[in-house]
Order: sequence, then C-alpha cells, then structure tokens
Amino acid sequence: MIATAIAFYLFAAITVAAGFMVIAARNPVHSVLFLILAFFNAAALFVLMGAEFLALILVIVYVGAVAVLFLFVVMMLDIDFSELREGFLQYLPVGALVGIILLIELLLVLGAWVIAPEAASIAASPTPAITDIDNTRALGHIVYTQYVYPFQAAGLILLVAMIGAIVLTLRHKPNVKRQVIADQVARTREQAVEMKKVEPGQGL
Amino acid sequence: MTNVPDFLPALPEILMAAGAMALLMWGVFRQCDARETGIGAIGLFVLVGALLLIEPNEAVQTFGGMFVVDSFTKFMKLLILIAAAAAIIMSFGFIRHEKMNRFEFPVLIVLATLGMFMMVSANGLIALYMGLELQSLALYVIAAFHRENARSTEAGLKYFVLGALASGMLLYGASLVYGFTGSVQFTAISGVLTAEGPNIGVIFGIVFILAGLAFKISAVPFHMWTPDVYEGAPTPVTAFFGGAPKVAAMALILRVLFGAFPALEDQWQQIIVFVSIASMVLGAFAAIAQTNIKRLMAYSSISHMGFALVGLAAGTPEGVRGVLIYLVIYVVMNVGVFCCILAMRRKEGYVESISDLSGLSTNQPMLAFLFAMLMFSLAGVPPLAGFFGKFYVFMAAIEAGLYPLAVIGVLSSVIGAFYYLRIVKIMYFDEAAEPFVQPLPGELAAVLGVCSVFTLLFFVYPAPLILGAQTAVGALLP
Repeated sequence: MIATAIAFYLFAAITVAAGFMVIAARNPVHSVLFLILAFFNAAALFVLMGAEFLALILVIVYVGAVAVLFLFVVMMLDIDFSELREGFLQYLPVGALVGIILLIELLLVLGAWVIAPEAASIAASPTPAITDIDNTRALGHIVYTQYVYPFQAAGLILLVAMIGAIVLTLRHKPNVKRQVIADQVARTREQAVEMKKVEPGQGL
Repeated sequence: MTNVPDFLPALPEILMAAGAMALLMWGVFRQCDARETGIGAIGLFVLVGALLLIEPNEAVQTFGGMFVVDSFTKFMKLLILIAAAAAIIMSFGFIRHEKMNRFEFPVLIVLATLGMFMMVSANGLIALYMGLELQSLALYVIAAFHRENARSTEAGLKYFVLGALASGMLLYGASLVYGFTGSVQFTAISGVLTAEGPNIGVIFGIVFILAGLAFKISAVPFHMWTPDVYEGAPTPVTAFFGGAPKVAAMALILRVLFGAFPALEDQWQQIIVFVSIASMVLGAFAAIAQTNIKRLMAYSSISHMGFALVGLAAGTPEGVRGVLIYLVIYVVMNVGVFCCILAMRRKEGYVESISDLSGLSTNQPMLAFLFAMLMFSLAGVPPLAGFFGKFYVFMAAIEAGLYPLAVIGVLSSVIGAFYYLRIVKIMYFDEAAEPFVQPLPGELAAVLGVCSVFTLLFFVYPAPLILGAQTAVGALLP
C-alpha cells in the first residue's frame, strides 16, 4: 500500500510541476516538452487507478499525436512569444483580482458542498466490478451498446470538424499541373511522336 | 452484458445522419454545386418530416434513457425542419451571386439540423452536450462560409470563440449537477432533487447551465455576439441563425427546466424573469439606433427571445404553450423578413442598409406591402400573427401573477414598435432610391408568399397550431 502512495505522490507532484512549467517556460518548445511530461505522468496516475485503457489512450493520442502536432506548429510558425507576453504585467493586477474573487467564490460554494445521499448508488458504475473483468473489455461492452448514441454523435461532431476545416481552407488553384498517371499510361505512340521529313539543306 | 438498445425511436436522426453523409459523397464525387445538394437536402427533410409525422405520439425513451421521443419533440422537430428547409431554399439565389456556391453548404445545414434534433430529444446531460456541440460546430463553419469576405470570417471566429466559452460554462454547470446528484439523466436528477430540495451547489450548476443555453438563444446578458454575427454572416445563414437554432435551444431550456429541475422552480424562475426583462428592454432600445437591417434583426431577435421567455417564466402549461406558439410565429415572420432582405439586391450586389429601402413602395409596391405587413406583425399589431404570439405569453404571465413582467413586456413591445414602424415610414414616405433588381427569384417569392399568408391569415384559423402546441405541452408537463 505504501508503495502505491509513494508512486501516487511522485507522479502527482511531477504532473503539477510539469503543468506549471508548461506556462512558465520561456521557450515554447520547452513548454511542449513539459506538456508531454505532464501527459506521461497523468497516464501513470490512470494506471494507478486501474484504468489502463485510458492511460494508453492518453499516451497514444495526446503524446503520440496532439503534442507532436503542437511541436510542429510551434517550430513551423514564427511566433514571437516575448512580444505576446508584453502586455502580461500590465494585465496581471486585473487578472489576478478576477481570479482571486472567483477562487473565493468557488471555495464558498465548495464549503457548503454536499452530495445527495442517493448519489453514490445512482452513480454506481454501469460496468461490472474491476475484479470480474478488466476495464478495456468493460468499456468495449458498453461503448457500442449502452453508450452507442453519444459515441456515434461524437463521430458526427468530428466529421463536421473535418468538413469545416476543408471548407474553410481548401483552395483549388487553377493552372496547377498535376501528374495523372492514367493519362500518361494511356498515351499512345501516335500522340507522342511525330515523324518529320527533313529536306536536305533546308534545316528545320 | 448489456443489451443493444432500441434504435427505432431515433430513426429520423439516423436517416438524417446517413442522408448527410450520402449528400457529402454525392457532392464530392459529382463535383456538383450547392443547388444540387440543396435540392437533395430538401428531399431528405421531406422524408424525415414524413417519418416524424407517422411516428406514434406516446413518449418513448431509449439509449438508457438518454434519448426521448414524444409529442413535444415531434412538434419542435417539425418546426426546426421547416425553418431549416426555408433557409436552404432562400440561399439558392444568394450563393450563386456571391460566389460561395460550394456543395458543402446544404450538407452543413443538414448536420446542424441533426444536432438540433439531438438537442430537442436529449434527456440527459451528455446527450444535451453532444447535440449542442454538433449544432454549434456546424453553425460556426457556415457563419464563416463566405471565406473571401473579411466580415464573414470575423463573424465565424467571434461566434466560435464566444460559443466555446458558453459551452465551457454549460459543461461546468453540468459537472456540478452531476457531482451533487450522481446522475446525468434528467429523470434521475429530478428524482434526487425532489427528494433533497434545493442546494447551493445545484443552484450554481443551474445558473451555469442556463448561462450556456441563454447564449444559444442570444438572451441578455449573453447576447453580445448576436449583432456582429448576424451582420457579418452571409444573409441566408443569418436567416437560418434567426430561426432553427433558437427553437432548438429553447426546446432544450424547456426540457432541462421541466425535465430535470422541476423541484427548483422557485430558483430558476428568478433567473428566467431577469433574463426575459433584460432581453426585452435591451432589444427594444438598442435596435433604435441601428442603420443596418441585419443588425436591427439581431436586436429584434434578442427582444423576441425575451418575449418568448415570459411564457416560460410563468411556469404553467399555458405559459409553455404560449412559448411554443410564439416560436412558431416568430420563425415564420423571421423567414419572411429575411426573404425581403434577400430581395434587396442591386446590380452591384446585395445591400443591407436601412436607407437603401427608401421609397420601396414606388419601385416595388408588392414587396413593400409584404415587408410592411411583416414589420407590423413583428411589432405585434393585431390582427397579424405576431400579436397572437405576444397575447398568449402575456396572458399566461398575468394568470401566473407576474404583473410587473407583463407590464414591462408590453411597454418594451411599444418601444420596439417604433423601429419597426420607422422602416415602414422609410419605405412609404421617403424619396425613392435606386430600385432593386427585379423580379424576385421564384423560390424566394414562394417562401415569402407562404410566410405572408400565414402571418396575415393566422387569426382566421389558429386552431391547428394551438391544438398542436397543447398536445406538445401535455408531453412535457404531465
């Protein structure tokens, strides 16, 4: 038990520290690298909870795809981040004031926070206990049955996002010559070669 | 082992999703223009509408109670379908002239409509959010559809950023409600809250959820995006924004409040009363100074949403019936007015300033008459349809004892009449400006005709609509 606790505090501390560094690092590339560190530690926390599927998805999707994409964007776009930060100190007092007020309000709400006594039984997970079945399998059982509706809806939302990206950015440029292999293959000798009779002494 | 849920109640949605994807493929492979997919989309809407009409009326829940079908959803979905189909028909001429003739436009409207269907049928917080995002994402894209135009792009971006913020607030509220009740399903939430009574955390949750939803119906104080987006978006898109999404979001508000939070009516009633008064008053005053007809319609829609909320504030079946009748009449008037706005085209392009309308009565007496009639109806002058919409919600408010609300509503309606009548004055009494291109495209004239006939002759035979709304309310408030 003690090992789990140590592991939890280790991973949690690193996650928080890395998260802080994401916004504190001066170099945006470093920020992205710290983000990857935060993702890995969050994945480790998921493993500690017994949610190994979520942990792997987090690593594959966020580290493998999203963070790498971020890295590309940061490296390819020439954004002057120091210029973006210029107004930071100027807006800090107002921002801090709003943040502190919001924090106090949230604390007041959380102070009075109770959970309805029935909540625990209602919220009882729709999947079987973790001892009966591992959670990848359990998720698989409900994603396509009980939760098929939101699952498919999420698919449609992603489809709209894709259509939107194409509609708003794709431009068909005229006068661009593309290679059409079928046309090249279908070209015959008659189209490609023309025999010229050259008269002696005339030149072409 | 869980069983596969019953898909049959969601058949219209499934058909619509499959149809949208088929239209998309059709467009890509045939390289066709928006007219072709648009006609396909209308055909799809007709099919879905027929399916809705033959569906039985009793309430059915499926997907673990996440999805509900009853006569309320049927009523709302038919209204949304009509509004969306009208928007597509109206867009044909515009997209041809404005060089945005790409086949994705009707497909995105179909997908947005599908999102609205999901919102109307949502019976749980997850389903609510999914439908809302599907609808909003499609709307953000079509707001920026005229991508060569800086104002359209700005409208899309503004709508997107503010919409994302609103979604965030909604999600935060939803998580608070889930945290207290332990369920995302409206029926279960309602059960827990009836047993436990109000609690500060849940009230916070309701406030955030209502803030997110008020953004979608552009009610004050979450209305800031409306004038800019209405002005910047292409006109048929604005016509669409004014109708179907408002209906869907209002249906969602009704379902959330009466499905999940009936036990906290005292708490949410205060919020609705405030939002309603603020919308009516701000809409009435801010519209006076406008010079652009689309901006004016934006403020008009803000105040109309305020009027519709009056019925909801009453919290009675009569009030909700009033909201439904109001929505139907509002959608029809809105479509009609935007037909008139789309008729404002000169040789060099579309114009949208109010002064361009001056002297319309000498150039196009018929158009001027219909425009004036719709303006009178928006102002709520009897015996036009707009009057009856207001009549039912104010009657419900008075019966529920909300006298201040009703009085403020009537007063702001009088102030609102000023700017509607100003347009009539400009059309009839000012010196004639350069005439618009004539004649109107056939499809636009047809839609305008239908809307005008409805507005003008509603008082002759209002029974079917009132009966339909009555049945719909019966499903929502048993």
